Amino acid sequence: MIYYDKVSKVYPDSTVALDGVSFSVEPKEFVTIVGQSGAGKSTLMKLLIAEDRPTSGSVFFESSNIHRMNKKETSRLRRRIGTVFQDYRLIPGKTVYENIAFAMEASGRTDGEVAADVPHVLELVDLGHKIWNFPGELSGGERQRVAIARAIVTQPDVILADEPTGNLDPANTYEIIRILRKINELGRTVILTTHNKGVVDEVGGRVITMEKGKIVRDAKDGKYIL
Amino acid sequence: MIFTTFKRVVRTGFVNFWRNGFLSFAAIVVITLSLISVGCLIFAGAIGGSLIAQVKDQVDINVYFTLSAQEADILAFQKEIDALPEVASTTYVSQDQALASFQQRWQDNALIMQGLQELGSNPFPAALTIKAKEPSQYGGIADFLTSKAPTDSTGAPIIDKVNYQENQLIIDRLSRIIPTVEQGGAAIALLLALAAVVVVFNTIRLITYSVRDEIAVMKLVGASNVYVRGPLVVSGIMYGIVSAVIALALMAALSYWSDTLILRLAGVDVASNFSFAVNIFSDYFSRNFAQLFAAIMGAGILLGGLSSYIAARRYLRV
Repeated sequence: MIYYDKVSKVYPDSTVALDGVSFSVEPKEFVTIVGQSGAGKSTLMKLLIAEDRPTSGSVFFESSNIHRMNKKETSRLRRRIGTVFQDYRLIPGKTVYENIAFAMEASGRTDGEVAADVPHVLELVDLGHKIWNFPGELSGGERQRVAIARAIVTQPDVILADEPTGNLDPANTYEIIRILRKINELGRTVILTTHNKGVVDEVGGRVITMEKGKIVRDAKDGKYIL
Repeated sequence: MIFTTFKRVVRTGFVNFWRNGFLSFAAIVVITLSLISVGCLIFAGAIGGSLIAQVKDQVDINVYFTLSAQEADILAFQKEIDALPEVASTTYVSQDQALASFQQRWQDNALIMQGLQELGSNPFPAALTIKAKEPSQYGGIADFLTSKAPTDSTGAPIIDKVNYQENQLIIDRLSRIIPTVEQGGAAIALLLALAAVVVVFNTIRLITYSVRDEIAVMKLVGASNVYVRGPLVVSGIMYGIVSAVIALALMAALSYWSDTLILRLAGVDVASNFSFAVNIFSDYFSRNFAQLFAAIMGAGILLGGLSSYIAARRYLRV
């Protein structure tokens, strides 16, 4: 479903973020990518949603090269991938409801679907009571859960979660992992990056370990070993 | 689908307009000031133009014909003059008309009327008043008149006198001054209009810059450019509409106020003698309200909308 082919990324200041990375992700897989800060995890995610371009190599989504897509195809790809950003990236000028509704509207849902699904997904992440608040009025964990709600509300084929638990306390972390596993059980592909050992042990499943831009271990039933 | 998109874009634009009240206020202040300066340019242009037209209208040359000249010859000559490309209009005043207007003017003066009667014949020559399209063309027309020197059937010249030489000095000066004034005015107007456009565009660019992260997020969750840019353009158009309404109201107030000021400074008597100076601004404003409204509103909508459209461009490349 997703295929990284010898992907390298060198930033203008000649930092090597990725160095010839190849791997593939099958549908309905739950993949955890672990590694220290700067190992290239976030770059890997950015390449998948065409936020950044690889220096060499290609990234394929269902056999189409992501970085050869035009604007329209790129937008369509992004609607099929629900992304939870490390820094949440909520729109500060919109309420919780509008932040989530925007993702649905952008992917062409009807007003009826928006009105029905947004409160439902907020109940799912346990934020039904904060529906009319602005992101600035929420705690870190609450914002993270809004970001997850936004990523899953359109029922995309792939959920991409970049350090979704990075700023959360253990209780919230456990909650987020539970939600992601539930989504995976519903048949979605989930790609999760983390540097939290507890998260890896909790999730189980396939673990890809990265170090200095390279994949050093890809284990089917992995543990977090560094 | 297109209707739904349009509805959502407009709604989001409205909501952003209200929520970002401070930004909207800043944009409206800048656009209003720019529109007022554009409005003042339109005023100044119209009034300057009508003043110049009045001055131009004062200038003409008169051709006086000999008393023996036949009307048929004169009318034939008038046709020839009319055919010149430089000539805007010619007016023929026959001997009888000249006499009649003289009589009407002096009808209360018994002495003059008596003297006229004692003359026995009509002493007034027929005359042709020629107006050129541009003051600078009078020299050429005068040359044509002297070189042509039309004659009647007996060979006697029918032109007695052309008063170009007497007016030459003022005509020459006007033909030099008027184009300079017009070109200078146009240059200043262009410069001010350009300044207004640049100031508005930069303000809107700063506003767009402040939401560049939001633009990136919207793009990354898969929104098409229409969904991201549309609300910005709608907000921009709203800035323009609100600014145009304020600018028009201020211009109306300003034009009535300056008329009262002119009246007070000049005094009612003096002002009414210079009929053009009375209510010049408010008259112009109310007479041309439709055009002014269209110009100011159009400029506001175009400035706000187009600036937002262009400003959003560089942040859409995500």
